[in-house]
Amino acid sequence: MKIESTFLIGVGIFFGCVALIYWFLSYEDGGFTMLLGTCALGFLPGSYYFYWHRRFRGHKYFFWGKTERVVGTRPEDLPDATIADGAGVISSFPGSSVWPFTLGMGAFVLLLSFVFGVWLAMIGGAIILSALVGVTAESRRGGTH
Amino acid sequence: MSQPVDQSPAGTPLSTNRDAAVAGSPAAPAAAGEPAPAPRPRRSRWLGAAVLAVGGLLLAGCQIPTFSATKPTTTQGQDAIKLWQGFFIAGAIVFVIVFCLIAWAVFRYRRRSDAIPQQTQYHTILEIVYTAVPVVIVLVLFAFTFVTENNVDALPAPRLTVTVTGFQWGWRFHYTTKNVTVIGVELQDPQMVIPVHEAVRINLQSHDVIHGFYVPAFDFSRYAQPGIINKFTITPQSTGTYHGQCTQYCGLYHSLMRFRVKVVSATQFAAWVSTHHSSGPQKSVPTVERRALGKSTPSSTATPNSNASTHTSTAATYQTGSTGL
Amino acid sequence: MTDVIAPPAAGGGSLIPGMGTEHVAHAHEDHGPTGLMKWITTTDHKVIGLSYMITAVALFYIAGLLALGIRVQLTTPAGTFISFQQFNQLFTMHGSIMMYLFAGPFAFGGLANYVVPLQIGAPDMAFPRLNALSYWLFLGGATTMLMGFFVGGGAADFGWVAYAPLSTTTYTPGPGEDLWIMALVLTGFSAIFTGVNLVATIFYLRAPGMTMFRMPIFTWNMLVTGILILIAFPVLTAALVMLFADRHFGTMIYSVTGCHTVTGTPDAHACGSAVLWQNLFWFFGHPEVYILALPYFGIVTEIFPVFSRKPVFGYKGMVFATMSIAALSTGVWAHHMFTTGTVLLPFFSLMSLLIAVPTGIKFFNWIGTMWRGQLVYKTPMLMAIGFLFAFLMGGVTGVMLAAPPIDFFVHTTYFVVAHFHQVLFGTAVFGGFAGLYYWYPKMFGRMLNDRLGKWHFWLLFVGFWLTYMPQYILGLHGMPRRVASYPSNLGWQSWNIASTIGAFMIAASFMFLLANFWMSWRYPVPAGDNPWDAHTLEWFTTSPPPHHNYTHLPTIRSERPTWDYNHPQSPNIRHGSGRTRAAPGHSNGHGPGGSGNGAAPGHGNGSGMERREGPVS
Repeated sequence: MKIESTFLIGVGIFFGCVALIYWFLSYEDGGFTMLLGTCALGFLPGSYYFYWHRRFRGHKYFFWGKTERVVGTRPEDLPDATIADGAGVISSFPGSSVWPFTLGMGAFVLLLSFVFGVWLAMIGGAIILSALVGVTAESRRGGTH
Repeated sequence: MSQPVDQSPAGTPLSTNRDAAVAGSPAAPAAAGEPAPAPRPRRSRWLGAAVLAVGGLLLAGCQIPTFSATKPTTTQGQDAIKLWQGFFIAGAIVFVIVFCLIAWAVFRYRRRSDAIPQQTQYHTILEIVYTAVPVVIVLVLFAFTFVTENNVDALPAPRLTVTVTGFQWGWRFHYTTKNVTVIGVELQDPQMVIPVHEAVRINLQSHDVIHGFYVPAFDFSRYAQPGIINKFTITPQSTGTYHGQCTQYCGLYHSLMRFRVKVVSATQFAAWVSTHHSSGPQKSVPTVERRALGKSTPSSTATPNSNASTHTSTAATYQTGSTGL
Repeated sequence: MTDVIAPPAAGGGSLIPGMGTEHVAHAHEDHGPTGLMKWITTTDHKVIGLSYMITAVALFYIAGLLALGIRVQLTTPAGTFISFQQFNQLFTMHGSIMMYLFAGPFAFGGLANYVVPLQIGAPDMAFPRLNALSYWLFLGGATTMLMGFFVGGGAADFGWVAYAPLSTTTYTPGPGEDLWIMALVLTGFSAIFTGVNLVATIFYLRAPGMTMFRMPIFTWNMLVTGILILIAFPVLTAALVMLFADRHFGTMIYSVTGCHTVTGTPDAHACGSAVLWQNLFWFFGHPEVYILALPYFGIVTEIFPVFSRKPVFGYKGMVFATMSIAALSTGVWAHHMFTTGTVLLPFFSLMSLLIAVPTGIKFFNWIGTMWRGQLVYKTPMLMAIGFLFAFLMGGVTGVMLAAPPIDFFVHTTYFVVAHFHQVLFGTAVFGGFAGLYYWYPKMFGRMLNDRLGKWHFWLLFVGFWLTYMPQYILGLHGMPRRVASYPSNLGWQSWNIASTIGAFMIAASFMFLLANFWMSWRYPVPAGDNPWDAHTLEWFTTSPPPHHNYTHLPTIRSERPTWDYNHPQSPNIRHGSGRTRAAPGHSNGHGPGGSGNGAAPGHGNGSGMERREGPVS
């Protein structure tokens, strides 16, 4: 988790700096806002990963503290992990499902209604609704098979 | 590179020293820092050739070609073209070096056996070198860019101000202090007349969508935008008639939105002003209707009408006449 | 989507190699739908990746045809092949399809979708149903954009950048433009979902031992691309929503119609800002250029080591160069706006010039990878080398364009057209089809014909230079882009004809690709698991990979586990310090390996414990 969080926090710090430099050089609000947003995009997930990284590792300090040889506790973060270390349930992956297709087509029809008229929005909305119901039911049931 | 930068007044055409400084300096680090993954005895000879070539160009000075770019006819354009020459030479040197490295690798290391080559993965010093050298090159290029950019964008006190307005699909040139207006009727090429050797301030704006004011011979362009007045200066150095056009795509007849700039002597200019000071009635340009017409008739051959341009008299007329816009 | 991503549970129990997963995989395949329903209902990243690639390549051919129309029009100064309006639609749609629907989705939706989970040893993407939704949104977007040709008024004709106020209803009132906006909203969401998916997959689903700094460069680049997508695409979507509001809901965000007088100063209270659109668009648009470039950098970085039989030279430098490029690319958006006269020139100029540095690092690393290697010129390698030359030229001219005084006189001329085509063609076409030739055996278990591939490459390579070099000259002579006609007295026609001939050569070269597909379909040549003696994990599994990708995995001790497995005697050498890196996998018994002829690793399945996969819920 350490590299992941460092990576994202690095994004945040870099764009924070660029945003400040840009603002004081240009006083242009559009670009400044977007750079700030990008900065936040780095910090939000970055701090989340950092939180988990600390939970896993129990670092003495933050970034500059004495780190141990092992980075993180997950087997994918261990340089000398064996495949057996990762044994177990990785995740649950859904099987075939028709609902992504339905949802996608619903969104397609819904957006077309902005061009061709509101009547299409009814159809699109109905498709999306059915897809949402379907996908929720499928998840609760545990997939199609 | 200890070439003195000639501070001769802007307007001296193609000053040798400035040329050399601009062209030489960015090029030299590129050659000196040629990062070859494996230093070979050939390298020094190669470097020598590069230095010779750059030196030759330095001596040649003003004879550096413009590398296909249009020969500049304004002070600002001459500044820009010197930067272009410098960048082109630096770019060409970098291109040739990298090209040769790739070509060498491709031809020299063609697979000759099934042996597994040495699995080299890092070479720290080499990597630092080929990071640092481009940084230096880039900073040098930026320094020259910065200087040139300030020269090109400088706004000295103008002797003459022309308000240029782009519209779909034509141009209006309004001489603020002379009460002269030239309007290109749609799809006609209007002609802007300006005196030579004088700093002409252009106030550029647009009536509708974004257009681009571009005269290749001036080596300069700028957007004409609604709601924004862009100011820049051109100081033409030689007389003649130059082709200009809209560069920013602006709708159906974008490609026909051309104009001409005629650079004349001061006396000719004065004569021209007096001729056009009073003229026939202003022809209004109902752009919206014409645009709609253009959109509905997808005709590719938009034949221009007979008259090239209409000259109008006073600013008052101009404003009245343009209410339809 | 409701997938729960849990860290691998401790003590899940060791399994007999090669049993459990195969069982799961087979059970899954046996019960899945077949035929068309398989493609519609699939959540398998490989099938979705293939759908993406097939759609994107089809769109590439369509956009290529549009380009031919543009080139034919420009062979004569008067431009009488098609009407001006048709011409404007053609270049708009050519640009839009190539940029939004081919180059991006082909990379991050197609190849990345297929290859990234394989490269990190994951069974699938992190959110498989979201992944499927991404594809269907993309297909919807592509359909929406193409529908423009069939509505009254024709397709959008405001250029792929849709500069306001030209893109407001006053100047482009038709439904084609609205369809264009909606198409981009759909593909934008599709890209955002894919970006999230890629980042989550790379962060959470790596195999044990696959640390971040052991991931293949392609995966690294896709991670950075994913972040860039998340930075850039929401801005585009927001900008498009505002544009649509300007068009139909009467807002005045970009529109300035009727709010200023020609001679007077604009009334700031009633005015929108046309430059705002450019700021927003290019804040998306420039990262987008690197969203299109970075995946292809990754592809060639996979290809050079394999066909040189060496590890990537300067792996870490490569990773940091990728990050630097991405970071800088988000701070350079206004270098597309130098001539607006409203941007801070030195800032954007310096940032743009600085991008040359990490790009240069990449170049030297690629050359360093080939240096003293054993290069073999199969089609993927030829394409990758074509990429090097193309991108070198595009990069050098890009540095020139970063200088505002130079940009002033080549901006929106054919110089810029040539520049960005060399960059994007170099990446998306040379790089992209290098990747297609490279991974095709993995995807279908069949080889593509190398002879036809070489015909494809050489015709493409010659056509490429013939098409774009004259355009540089045209641009320097002052020919603006997006013109349907040009003055006949300026000597531009011969250059244009040369360019058109080149374009037809490119088109012809792609007939060889079609022929190649047909050949491999009709006369299959089995590829085996690892036809190139490649390095990365995806070549360890079968071709095509089974459902959920791996029945067993090798021990991962470096950036190239498959190579380590096959060549245990040839570990990576850290040249600078002279220290040999940890010898690969001496903790496990390996197969014989070392023969160097790309023995399929499948038979040596004693290499490590397999990784059990979760039950399919």
